[in-house]
Amino acid sequence: MEKRTDKNSYTIIFAIGMVLVVGALLAFTASSLKPNIIENQRLEKQQNILYAMGINDNDESSAVFISTDKAPEAFKNNVTDQLVITVDGSGKILKTQTRDEYFNETKQEPYLIDVKKQKANAKKGEPRKLPLFVGQNTEGKTVYVAPIYGKGLWDAIWGYVAMDENMVVQGAYFDHKGETPGLGANIKQRYFMDDFYGEHLLNEAGVFKGITVAKGNADPKNVDKTDNEVDAIAGATITGDGVTAMIKSDLKLYKPYFDNLKNN
Amino acid sequence: MGLLSKKDTKLITDPLADNNPITIQVLGICSALAITAELKASIVMSISVIFVLGVGNVVISLIRNIIPSKIRIIVQLVVVAALVIIVDQVLKAFAYELSKTLSVFVGLIITNCIIMGRFEAFALGNGPWRSFLDGIGNALGYGVILIIVGFFRELLGSGTLLGYPVLGNPIPGELSGLYALGYENNGFMLLSPMALIVVGIIIWVQRSKNKALIED
Repeated sequence: MEKRTDKNSYTIIFAIGMVLVVGALLAFTASSLKPNIIENQRLEKQQNILYAMGINDNDESSAVFISTDKAPEAFKNNVTDQLVITVDGSGKILKTQTRDEYFNETKQEPYLIDVKKQKANAKKGEPRKLPLFVGQNTEGKTVYVAPIYGKGLWDAIWGYVAMDENMVVQGAYFDHKGETPGLGANIKQRYFMDDFYGEHLLNEAGVFKGITVAKGNADPKNVDKTDNEVDAIAGATITGDGVTAMIKSDLKLYKPYFDNLKNN
Repeated sequence: MGLLSKKDTKLITDPLADNNPITIQVLGICSALAITAELKASIVMSISVIFVLGVGNVVISLIRNIIPSKIRIIVQLVVVAALVIIVDQVLKAFAYELSKTLSVFVGLIITNCIIMGRFEAFALGNGPWRSFLDGIGNALGYGVILIIVGFFRELLGSGTLLGYPVLGNPIPGELSGLYALGYENNGFMLLSPMALIVVGIIIWVQRSKNKALIED
């Protein structure tokens, strides 16, 4: 005798019912948790920017953010302005807005600008908005933090790089969506990020070189800060190349701003 | 024996040794190769799989009599995918840091053949309590191998355990510990082929201890 559950009609009804139930369940979970998730991501951006500026709870070997309850306060006190630089396809600066000017125009905080979207806009030939966060680091030095975005081996990688007015790196934070644990995922480890500290983005003639994550580096302890190179992670070649590429492509766009800064 | 009968205890202990999902059934190899370059990732993955397999087995077992047999594999996939997504969303909302550690594992859990294997082989034919025990047992068996492999790969590949340097300082000029004696990390341990070799060695050791496991 045929079982009730073998009938085609039963199968179709079961499939439709299952899709409805599971779909509704997932939609309900996602929409009810969305505000919490967005808030977490907002705080994380503040923590990232503060981390690059050197404001963090690092112990001897691991990277620790300033805690989420202290982050908004620290962000308000340490980030003195959030500039938005609009550039056209050739990299020419169209306008530079302060945080207040930008907020009045768009009702959005500059640090929430989606770098990925801006990159896509630039590809279509539209002007690109570059956020730049100005603040004092713990040594009282003025630093400029720029967000960067690119792709690693499996998925997106991004970061925040703090620079002084000569484009010398004052701190860096990198993160990834799905790099291999133990290999590419180690770009967010202290030993990799700390290497960037003090590295020059320009060469001696003042031309933008970026920083190459180099294999076979003759300088594994990273003593030479003007060679535009840091030591790569073994087994993470493509992730490292992704870091190199996003530093080169994204930070280069800020060069005209720093040129103007010096000339004025 | 209080809580568990002898038969139930076997459900937990069997997969730990003589019916291990990785070394005997050779399931779940893909994730065992992918994420065992460090011990911490192995532990996180083991805990995630214990949770998903335990709960998933119970859910499948509860609805086993109403699942149409023609589409049972799809139903199993939907259950495990829905479970994993819900857990991921809840973690993102309430334990953001942890969810970032787990990010890459979420996809790997869904595709883990052990989970589908246990749904198909056990939960479809057994009650919820026994299915739960079976799920926990198999996930533990999987976790044990993952942790052994992760332990050796991190120790020999990076000279650290859970991120702490245990063999000394390998940086040239500041050599200490074993490195001062001329020892060097084996970078090959960090790549997946060595994970396969380590799993192979475990299989060899296990079968040479228990001849009954050797197939003809």
